[in-house]
Amino acid sequence: MEITFVIEKFVFITVIFGLSLLVAMYSTLAERKIAAFLQDRVGPNRAGPGGMFQPLADGVKMFLKEEIIPTQSNKFLFIAGPSLAILTACIGSAVIPWGQDIQLFGKTIALQATDINVGILYIFGVVSLGVYGIMIGGWASNNKFSLMGAIRAASQNISYEIPMGLSIIALLLVTNSLSLKDIAEQQHGFQWNVFYQPLGFLIFLVCAFAETNRTPFDLPECETELVGGYHTEYSSMKLGFFLFAEYINMFVSSAVMATLYFGGYNYPGMDYMNSLLGPTFGPLLGMAVLFLKIFAFIFFFMWVRWTIPRFRYDQLMNLGWKILIPLAIANIVLTGLVTALVNGF
Amino acid sequence: MEALSNRKKVLEQKPMNFWERMYLPAIFKGMAITFRHMFKPKETVFYPEVQREFSENWRGMHSLKRDEEGRERCTACGLCALSCPAEAITMVAAERKKGEEALYREEKYAATYEINMLRCIFCGLCEEACPKEAIYLDGPIVPADYLRKDFIYGKDKLVEKPLTELTK
Repeated sequence: MEITFVIEKFVFITVIFGLSLLVAMYSTLAERKIAAFLQDRVGPNRAGPGGMFQPLADGVKMFLKEEIIPTQSNKFLFIAGPSLAILTACIGSAVIPWGQDIQLFGKTIALQATDINVGILYIFGVVSLGVYGIMIGGWASNNKFSLMGAIRAASQNISYEIPMGLSIIALLLVTNSLSLKDIAEQQHGFQWNVFYQPLGFLIFLVCAFAETNRTPFDLPECETELVGGYHTEYSSMKLGFFLFAEYINMFVSSAVMATLYFGGYNYPGMDYMNSLLGPTFGPLLGMAVLFLKIFAFIFFFMWVRWTIPRFRYDQLMNLGWKILIPLAIANIVLTGLVTALVNGF
Repeated sequence: MEALSNRKKVLEQKPMNFWERMYLPAIFKGMAITFRHMFKPKETVFYPEVQREFSENWRGMHSLKRDEEGRERCTACGLCALSCPAEAITMVAAERKKGEEALYREEKYAATYEINMLRCIFCGLCEEACPKEAIYLDGPIVPADYLRKDFIYGKDKLVEKPLTELTK
């Protein structure tokens, strides 16, 4: 492997990593601002112009808080929980294609950390690892509320991974590829997958809410029933990691949804814009479009959070097993039939 | 049992129909409502810079009043301290000396008069109890502070400014 290639990848990964942390950081501010706007308030506005430095202030506060580790807890696992949660949240973005190949400093650089041909499966693997952080943290706290939260998180994630996977199978029937780069390339221009797979997208969206533990599926941390759920016993930056992991997860799943269903970096009229802007700024514009889509999804996540009340646990299970899974299977059958009819048997 | 009034309504809980079981129409309705609220005028009052209008009978910080000639009305009878349900008021009485007639209205006055603002519940019973109309809760909001001892307000903070200072 050439040394320039390693440096190029290293720089790119660092940039993406920093960017996802930055987006997650400002998602916390956006969440509070959007919550405020939806409730006729103004939200945090004292730290910096319009509250711009609020995330920094929150971060400093988290670091300065007293670190409490319960005496009856399993110390190693207690620390491993939030570490694992944030680690798995961060590595999810590795296979997402951020843009078309870009011409920079006389070189062609792929705007993707790695294009593995089973990109979707990688994302699934990482997402299902994410629940281990919550489970380990909740169990190691040695607290009934934490354990309840952990159990809920585990069973919820297992239940919703199935319809998510099934909805992806229907998508794969359309795309014929597991590589996210291929899927993004196929949606060139305005041929977005959401037009071919509206039901699949809906199922995927609902499951994404459940996987990221966002309202209306935030039963693992359910304040009204479980104090703080799996992070009841956590304080200081370990709590911060758990909360932060949720925002990074939200960012990554928004990126995945934008890539799989909303064309990723593609937008109508992109060929014209590419010929106008050249090989450097054209892909950059595509990247900006992708980020616009991601922000729209993040806004949607927050909008839903501050609108819809939490599901009851039996309702959650009913929705997952009795509605989403049959719907997803019906979607596969329907997609298969249509593909067979269009392509000939 | 038979209802005496006709106001009772029996609500029937029907099983959810297909659209209700889909959840989606209800969700879209709710989200439309919250989206509309994004553009509504905000209710926030930016407190330290802007103060909300208070009602006529609002009870704030206490002030010890003076009479028309600028003499302190309080005679340290202690009725306010007795009436205080939070035991926030203490005072030490003293006798008026010769030559102090311009300062205190009657022969007895409060040498020290302290209200603990952390104990005070702003019920207004002290102003009701006062026979001399010497204490009123007509001041501003009691400001925040860092130390407990700073919340014990003495005469320096409670007594009204003399008339001469007010007219200046």
